[in-house]
Amino acid sequence: MAFFKKKKIEKDESYYLASQWTLMWRKLKKHTLAKISMVILLILYLGAAFADFLAPYGLEEFSSLYKDTAPTKIYWSDEEGNSCAPYVYKLKKENIKGRDENGKLYMETVVTEDTSEKFYLTFFVEGCEYKIFGLIPGNIHLYGLVNEAGEVDRSARINIFGADRYGGCIFSRILFGAQVSLTVPFVSAAISFVLGILLGGVSGYFGGWIDNVIQRVIEVLSAIPSIPLWLALSAAIPPDISVSAMYLYITIILSFIGWTGLARVVRGKFISLRNEDFVMAARLAGVSDFKIIVKHMVPGFLSYLIVNLTLGIPGSILGETSMSYLGLGMKAPATSWGVLLQETERLADVAQCPWKMIPLIFVIVTVLAFNFLGDGMRDAADPYK
Amino acid sequence: MLKYIGKRLLMFIPTILIISVLIFFIIQLPPGDYVTSYVAAMAAEGEIFTAEEIQELRVYYGLDDPWYIQYFDWMKGIITEGDFGFSFEHNKPVWDVIMERLPLTLAVSFVILVFQYAVSLPVGIYCANHQYSVGDYFWSFVGFVGTATPNFLLAIIIMYWIYVETGEVYLGLFSTEMLANGMRWEYVPEFLFRCLIPLIVIGTSGTCGIIRTVRAQMLDEQSRQYTLTARAKGCSEATITYKYCLRAALNPVVSGLSGSLRTIFSGSTVSAIVMNLQIQGPVLLAALKSQDMYLAGTIVMVQAILVVVGTLLSDIALAWLDPRIRFSERG
Repeated sequence: MAFFKKKKIEKDESYYLASQWTLMWRKLKKHTLAKISMVILLILYLGAAFADFLAPYGLEEFSSLYKDTAPTKIYWSDEEGNSCAPYVYKLKKENIKGRDENGKLYMETVVTEDTSEKFYLTFFVEGCEYKIFGLIPGNIHLYGLVNEAGEVDRSARINIFGADRYGGCIFSRILFGAQVSLTVPFVSAAISFVLGILLGGVSGYFGGWIDNVIQRVIEVLSAIPSIPLWLALSAAIPPDISVSAMYLYITIILSFIGWTGLARVVRGKFISLRNEDFVMAARLAGVSDFKIIVKHMVPGFLSYLIVNLTLGIPGSILGETSMSYLGLGMKAPATSWGVLLQETERLADVAQCPWKMIPLIFVIVTVLAFNFLGDGMRDAADPYK
Repeated sequence: MLKYIGKRLLMFIPTILIISVLIFFIIQLPPGDYVTSYVAAMAAEGEIFTAEEIQELRVYYGLDDPWYIQYFDWMKGIITEGDFGFSFEHNKPVWDVIMERLPLTLAVSFVILVFQYAVSLPVGIYCANHQYSVGDYFWSFVGFVGTATPNFLLAIIIMYWIYVETGEVYLGLFSTEMLANGMRWEYVPEFLFRCLIPLIVIGTSGTCGIIRTVRAQMLDEQSRQYTLTARAKGCSEATITYKYCLRAALNPVVSGLSGSLRTIFSGSTVSAIVMNLQIQGPVLLAALKSQDMYLAGTIVMVQAILVVVGTLLSDIALAWLDPRIRFSERG
């Protein structure tokens, strides 16, 4: 009996002694959808981080023979129907000559499978050179094709998600695109976070005319519909700049608009906290304003801010995607999910090559995952639940 | 109440002025101006301008002045003559270009707004009254996915789906026959069907957002003491729902009006480009790309003003709905 009682006390103690973060984490783990979303996001981010290794082809590798071709068909059994190691055929161009029902001569070029030679699907195949994180060099790719002699053969390609209009592998491009589409929102969220805390904090902590000015600025910025504002700002980006500079511009634009909501929340929190005894005590003890804000006040509602930020990330993912989609963001050969979606611009293209909508699934899954995660975090951060 | 409205109206003018400065500044940001982009386009076709000619064109269009002088000229024109400047690309006054599409833009936005509230309020109330029923789960799921799915991507999916199902491409609000023959009665069903697509595409996220808010608010209000009192006194469920709870629950819905407008404009810009709607989004994009600054500036201005007006209206509605706001403003 005494044993059980002790156990219960220990459990109580671990509950009462647990930090705010531990409590949040425990509640979050109980939220099934949030947990699934976390796993999905983890997979997506790992995919982006190791894109060079996971993608069978590099950004510059494309083959005009394969342009607009459907996902490569993988055969699991040989001609007699016996199962064997998976293999694919390469494509070849064929000129067809014939007469239609009116007896008119016509000629067309079709791309068909060349069944004379098999190419086996193998793991850890040598491909183009890369450097993961710009540091770790390598040339081994997760999967690739070898010919019957077991040698790497570049003439055959495997595009599991089909090929784009230049004949690049959509799967590889999704992975490389994720490096932009998944990190831009994070960097811009980080910038918005700093701006929001700083300006919202100053506004709420000092009050008076500073508060008035900052509030008017927020009001004005949030009165302008966001996408026209994005368009206007991204039209201001000089057209011929390097990929990294473009990346920088896009993040700055997104964070320039993203901070206002956060600043409003922070201001409200500061106004309610600034008259609390512990702030007064710190001020009397001669702590500097900056230190009071950063050390004493912000930790009090940091969890709330992080939730807010998570819910804001889908917005910036979409911002980047729509900017690139409209040709105002990333430009080829650099890629992002928005750039990939440009190929869906004409409905006729989509109807002929429905696999070009695959990047769309990635965007929607990511946005949904962030939303569910944010929702779970909001529940977890709510002390009344 | 009147004093409150007056105060809000006074705030309206400086806000609009600041917005106009900001918009003009942003649109001025790109290096070069319409003359340089025009000259570049002409050079591609073999027409070469000399430096003097370029300078002459600049002076002619008033592009040689610093941006704040251009801004003051622009503002002066708007205030004194109602002249919003000249669209270089369309070669006519900005106001004429805008008026070609403004009525349809406003109509589309207004219909979407009405659609949002007409669908989401009953659904939200239903979900709250039948918490944890199958219908509630269904709508909650739809609501969640709907808020999260980006507008213009939804447009691509729906248009592809319609194409696969019917084999026809529904782009824009008017078919080529309608444009050629003018509007006739037999086209009305098709026109309505064409309207339905942008309605769903642009309206979904807002609708789903309001459903979630209304549901949460109604559930909140239903657990309040006053609801219990009303029920104990024998009020009918309808009275409790519509007269007591709904009125209190509407508060965040009404204050979200300007947000809804903002989402509609934001959402419709890219979706309109995807769906080839004859509204202002595509014109804005083209104007921004060719640096047709007065046109771009005026379009963004019109949208921003509408949002500010929306905020104003929702603030007034809130004060009317909730006496606490009126009193706190007076005190």
